[in-house]
Amino acid sequence: MRYLHIESSRPRIAVFDFTGCEGCELQFANKEETLVPFLGAVEVVNFREVSSEARDDYEIAFVEGAVSRADEAERLVEIRRRARTLVALGSCACFGGVNRMKNAYDLGEANAEVYGALPKETLPVRAVRDVVPVDLEIPGCPVSKDEVERIVRHLVLDVPFAFHAYPVCVECKQRFTTCLMEKGRLCLGTVVRAGCEAPCPAGGLGCWGCRGPAEAANVEEFFALAKERGFAEDEVRERMNFFGGFAGLLPGGAK
Amino acid sequence: MKVDVNVRVHPLTRVEGHGDLSIRVVGGKLAEARWDVVETPRYFEVMLKGKHYTSAAILTARICGICSIGHALASVRATERAFGVEIPETAAKLRLLCKHGETLQSHVLHLLFLAAPDFLGLPSVLPLMESSPQTVALAARLKGTANRLCEVVAGRATHPVSIQVGGMAAFPEKRALASVRGELEAAAKDLAAVAELFKGFEIPAFSRQTEFVSLLGEDGYPWIGGALLSTDGVLRREDDYLLMTNEFVDERNTSKLCRLSRDSFAVGALARWNNNHRFLHPAALDAARELGLRPDCHNPFMNNVAQLVECLHVVHESSALIEELLATPESAPLLVPVTPVEGEGVGAVEVPRGILYHHYRYGADGRVLRANCIIPTTQNNLNIQHDLEALARHLAAEGADDRRIEALCSMLVRAYDPCVSCSVH
Repeated sequence: MRYLHIESSRPRIAVFDFTGCEGCELQFANKEETLVPFLGAVEVVNFREVSSEARDDYEIAFVEGAVSRADEAERLVEIRRRARTLVALGSCACFGGVNRMKNAYDLGEANAEVYGALPKETLPVRAVRDVVPVDLEIPGCPVSKDEVERIVRHLVLDVPFAFHAYPVCVECKQRFTTCLMEKGRLCLGTVVRAGCEAPCPAGGLGCWGCRGPAEAANVEEFFALAKERGFAEDEVRERMNFFGGFAGLLPGGAK
Repeated sequence: MKVDVNVRVHPLTRVEGHGDLSIRVVGGKLAEARWDVVETPRYFEVMLKGKHYTSAAILTARICGICSIGHALASVRATERAFGVEIPETAAKLRLLCKHGETLQSHVLHLLFLAAPDFLGLPSVLPLMESSPQTVALAARLKGTANRLCEVVAGRATHPVSIQVGGMAAFPEKRALASVRGELEAAAKDLAAVAELFKGFEIPAFSRQTEFVSLLGEDGYPWIGGALLSTDGVLRREDDYLLMTNEFVDERNTSKLCRLSRDSFAVGALARWNNNHRFLHPAALDAARELGLRPDCHNPFMNNVAQLVECLHVVHESSALIEELLATPESAPLLVPVTPVEGEGVGAVEVPRGILYHHYRYGADGRVLRANCIIPTTQNNLNIQHDLEALARHLAAEGADDRRIEALCSMLVRAYDPCVSCSVH
């Protein structure tokens, strides 16, 4: 990448996937208007879904998906050993994602229900940080390509990146979305980390908290507010447990 | 003549998810040819239990990062059929429109980013950024149009937000719709250039008699709901999908496997083409003729061409749908009230890789008692295995070397555009 005649470094990046849907790594190929400059700013040396060429001399490893089998944990340890910077990409990598809901069930029974008499190997779902140290976590289901690009720019230029401190609510105001809570619909926007530009409230779904808690989110107060507005505690709790980002933050623990 | 070959591609690249390819030839004879799905299972059917009907589609969209709109549509259809809900006509149009956006996005990703490098003798699309930047720009433009169509209609391309039980949550901005219609006109021209590119590709001449399964078209090329048809003459109701899939588990794959009248069957663009080609848009039929795709095609490599033909069809049909939506008042009903009742429903949807089934049983409280999802690649996995054996045997007899066997067998699996994470779910 050249800017004002200065050649910037092109970090060697790799993308790896574990238990998940591969929708986050797909975002690397999205946002087509900036795809070519984006790929020009880095050197892709290992990305199974995109290329048959693979090298192990990567500097930045983007890891998508949660860990749910012994061979995945081993692979992840090896990636951590090789990478200078390890980035957890998406809610599955950051929190376990929707996969984490599996942990509420007996895995033997889960296996019998899906595979009958021929169970498959599976472990309770873990986030990447529960297996190896992580340098940066980019949450989202899926991640926002805009945000990933911003972060990669920081990594290329060696400038620290900071997430917005404010919640999704602010981004709804910025795009003039009428508040869903005002319309009597549950929305977690007040306690969830911004950076997605709030597509879900705008699309009529409301925020489900895929990006995890905003800085200093007052979760307890949110429960009080939701109660005041007539939402059942179980509904709020179920929604906060959906993507795993609020694990350990719910009053009275996860239920 | 090469007599001993040992090919191990663990895992196969340029496909969604983790599958291993192993081929062994000893003394000029095929000793082993295997396609093993090793992806980690996620147990979605178990996670769905107890979920409220309003969250089933949000959860199941996460089965797949490429066809999340298709999963959401199969999910809400299963729920609506369980509750006896009829969605408004405008909502049905919007659903089909975002479905088309996803088909285009997924097919373009597969054809230009994943499959094309094989035909060009490249390891990936990345070297093309220098050698043929106009091809990369073309691919990015087409995918961009497809994603914008999804975003405008469904609120987001990956993991949609506007598809709800009872209809759609929001009418798209008309200005944005009109702008996408303009892009679709350019996309039709771009697809003509892609067709020219594919005319120059050498499609391997390999055929194996196969049973193909898809939705049955009645008044158009079918995408959402309807009867189920196989080229061996099996015709079933949507609700009888279990008789069409016959899923079973084996020891070595984390994906289940399916069969119907023969040892295996295939779903996807080629199956849709074989069963319903007469309903395609004339521009799509012209492209098929030019690219040598004829009905009752049993060459799995031609699935690539069938996808390209479908791209043209969805681009033209999307323009027509947008035309109708622009003439529809924004106040048109989109969402009907939903009252959960005890019962069950099946939703069958043609997603990019083939027919997808969701099946839920609900309690009177609107919570899932039991769920089942059968994914296209789950249905294709055994057919891939059988094709692979036939192709590898043929190549072994020809005396092909390791490199050629690895290249052609990888291309064969890729031609199915497998979505391995999905198939395991």
